[in-house]
Amino acid sequence: MGGIDLAIIWAVIIGFGVIMYVLMDGFDLGLGILFPFAPDEAARDVMMNSVAPVWDGNETWLVLGGAGLLGAFPLVYSVFLPALYIGVFLLLAGLIFRGVAFEFRFKSRANRHWWNRAFCWGSAVAAFAQGAVVGAYIQGFAVEDFVYVGGPLDWLTPFSVLTGFGLMAGYALLGATWLIMKSEGHVQAWAYRITPTLLALVLAVFLIISLWTPFVNPDVWERWFGHIQLIWLFPVLALGCAVLIYQAVRSRREGLPFVATVGLYIFTYLGLVVSKWPVIVPPNYTIWDASSAPESQLFLLIGVLFVIPIVLTYTAWTYWVFRGKVKVGEGYH
Amino acid sequence: MELDPLLLSRIQFAFVVSFHAIFPVFTIGLASYIAVLHGLFYKTANPAWERLAVFWTKVFAVVFGMGVVSGIVMSFQFGTNWSNFAQASANFLGPMLSYEVVTAFFLEAGFLGVLLFGRGKVPQGVHLFAAIMVAVGTFISAFWILAANSWMQTPAGVELIDGRFHVVDWSEAIFNPSFSYRFSHKVLASFLTGGFVVAGVSAWYLLQKRDVEANKKALSMCLWLLLVLAPAQAVVGDFHGLNTLEHQPTKVAAMEGNWETSSHVPLLLFAIPDQANQTNAVEIGIPSLASIILRHDPEGVVPGLTEVAPEEQPPVWLVFWSFRVMVGLGLLMILVAVAGLWLRRGGRLYEHRGFLQLLRLMSVTPFVAVLAGWFVTETGRAPWLVYGLMNQAEALTPSLTGGMALFTLIGYAAVYAVVFWAGVYYLTRVVRQGMQDGEEIQGEVERPMRPLSASHTPFDDGPGSAAPGTQH
Ligand code: HDD
Ligand code: HEM
Ligand code: HEM
Repeated sequence: MGGIDLAIIWAVIIGFGVIMYVLMDGFDLGLGILFPFAPDEAARDVMMNSVAPVWDGNETWLVLGGAGLLGAFPLVYSVFLPALYIGVFLLLAGLIFRGVAFEFRFKSRANRHWWNRAFCWGSAVAAFAQGAVVGAYIQGFAVEDFVYVGGPLDWLTPFSVLTGFGLMAGYALLGATWLIMKSEGHVQAWAYRITPTLLALVLAVFLIISLWTPFVNPDVWERWFGHIQLIWLFPVLALGCAVLIYQAVRSRREGLPFVATVGLYIFTYLGLVVSKWPVIVPPNYTIWDASSAPESQLFLLIGVLFVIPIVLTYTAWTYWVFRGKVKVGEGYH
Repeated sequence: MELDPLLLSRIQFAFVVSFHAIFPVFTIGLASYIAVLHGLFYKTANPAWERLAVFWTKVFAVVFGMGVVSGIVMSFQFGTNWSNFAQASANFLGPMLSYEVVTAFFLEAGFLGVLLFGRGKVPQGVHLFAAIMVAVGTFISAFWILAANSWMQTPAGVELIDGRFHVVDWSEAIFNPSFSYRFSHKVLASFLTGGFVVAGVSAWYLLQKRDVEANKKALSMCLWLLLVLAPAQAVVGDFHGLNTLEHQPTKVAAMEGNWETSSHVPLLLFAIPDQANQTNAVEIGIPSLASIILRHDPEGVVPGLTEVAPEEQPPVWLVFWSFRVMVGLGLLMILVAVAGLWLRRGGRLYEHRGFLQLLRLMSVTPFVAVLAGWFVTETGRAPWLVYGLMNQAEALTPSLTGGMALFTLIGYAAVYAVVFWAGVYYLTRVVRQGMQDGEEIQGEVERPMRPLSASHTPFDDGPGSAAPGTQH
């Protein structure tokens, strides 16, 4: 392809899609996880209202990721989905319940507690499943001759359970700091209160995973400890973000905790990416092994390059329109 | 008993895709109808058109939302249950399915929000434009997905290298031999669905004497449309069948219940296909008519199922009867549309209670016909997945066990039961509540983007909820 490596372009696009999804759906899933702990029903209204205008757009990144993988890296699609079969079902079921609950909770009076439950459980299950996927990805898959040959529950190990709960805690942290930014009064006070606990939880999991990963996957060990590299920059920056979150909460800053949490996510994500690059279906297959034919990647690229800027613009615009605080009792009848 | 992952996956795919398919088929038709209503309002400034447009947009929002939710599941099905197929056909199907998603994105991002929430906030012309673009978007979406499906029926433009399809000619692959027939047949089916649902709901309101002026307009408009479209569908269907005869003769043999290749083949009205003995246990038919329809000549030779080995035949009874359900309902639709024309004389159309009741019942028939049609197409292709090139067993995910497939099948059935119940229950409430006045609608400003929030009907009658419809 005339010097341009389409596989790399696609890896960047998909990588970008994934982190967009994690950040954006992350805070609304996090609010779902925090839902049962909210101080009262008014706080729950505020929580839901703060994400109501945007969550639907947040989820579209997931769909684009799914279809984009089939188009650009079919091997990822045809190995991950069979390997994570049960997890994928749980993820989809969780997301469906959550989506429906979002719509009907506001319109419901007598049955509202049911929709509350659907929202919370849907979010929690979806977040856990995503975290377990990360764990399974770090572990690698049993693949022979481009076909998954493992069992249905290979992905479910103590390690992936830990990453599952870890991502739940991480999303809850994103949700809490988002709420600090978007709320006021007693709701905000509650969000300030829980943030340090969640942060401690996330750091604990982060630490265990970091110590454990090299044992789960020796290649990663080699990459991190083989020779001193720039790679150590990422965890250091991530830790810096954690300190920033803590201080920002102590000094009652409103926007900074969320921004710093986003930073924490980005650096952790980059750390994960560089531990694997250019392997995309661990342990063995690289982005080039996983690619579809170049003419297919090119054909799809044209449409995607055209649409992504539009989606980004529109997303930014929606967030701009709905900027500012959500007040108790505001919005819906 | 050993659980068969192949059979369970087929049942699962049929279930989730059938569930998904009933929503888009309605939204495609309805989106165009809404655009027309906006156009009429723009031209005539008659508020009745606006009331209709706003009401049907509410319904559209709910149905569209359900379509999106069930569509997300679809985009993962290929990987979870048919990973060999996904891997083999990704070079072509990947871009097709991605383009469908990309189109849907574009639609949601750009115009759906304006259509649903822009009333009174953007100039009327812009609102009309958004309505048109949403309608266009649904066609583009259907275009890509039907290109994918038609290619699996009549593959073209690809080369099979090392077990993977490589696209050598995009336009040949997309505009494959059955594509144009399938696309026109499907678009007409969507319009028929939209038309019969709107006609049925309007008839119901007329029976209750609610919003008589607007509903008369809506009903009259629909019936004119159906009068043209129902016969057109039969004609397009006939051409579709002739095309299938050329490319998939076994499927046509199953549709006709014809076992032996011969001339003077009768058109069977009733039969009990007996696949084990390769014959029909009972059959009642009109002599030579199938030869006449398919070859335009009573001497015409029609291929029979025994041309291929029994293992390569589709499940005949299913194809045979689904085909009869679809065509039977198609003919019924033509009759109803003609009856409507007849009743126009002397203005009995809006008073004839029996006819209005009939229209109410007719509103479910297009959904049944659409599913029956898909069953003909999809099961008639069996055992092939990509016709003549890849069969279902080869396509299955190798690591899939019967237990896993059963688990998710039950799971999806349970999840969809809840979602479907909530959606249908809610839609009935929206319809009960009926159309609202201009000012009432004007007062409702809110969050854009989320389809369902375009509707303000409460979900249940808990304390504090507004009284729903006045009737019942
Ligand atoms: C892009 C591809 C595609 C599209 C648009 C559709 N299908 Fe399909 N269908 C398949 C791709 C497919 C498939 C993957 O190829 C299946 C799975 C197993 C099989 O035999 O073919 C299939 C099977 C399948 C079966 C079971 C056949 C059998 O196993 O004997 C039914 C009943 C349907 N489909 C029905 C539908 C409906 C109602 C659709 C309306 C949207 C539809 N299909 C669209
Ligand atoms: C089996 C194959 C199919 C798959 C994988 C699939 C996938 C999807 C997905 C992922 C969405 C949601 C996109 C979004 O986020 O907005 C969607 C919606 C949609 N699909 Fe499908 N779909 C299939 C079959 C069909 C068929 C056969 C049609 C019609 C001819 C169709 C027409 C639509 C339309 C119009 C939408 C927009 C949403 C709506 O109107 O409900 N799809 N589909
Ligand atoms: C009245 C006469 C009709 C005839 C002769 C007819 C003919 C056909 C044929 C031959 C097929 C199978 C094509 C193939 O797979 O090769 C088909 C499929 C189908 N039909 Fe019909 N049809 C009729 C009416 C209808 C009606 C009224 C509807 C729905 C409102 C409908 C909806 C469909 C759908 C959704 C499919 C599957 C998609 C496709 O392959 O186009 N049909 N029809």
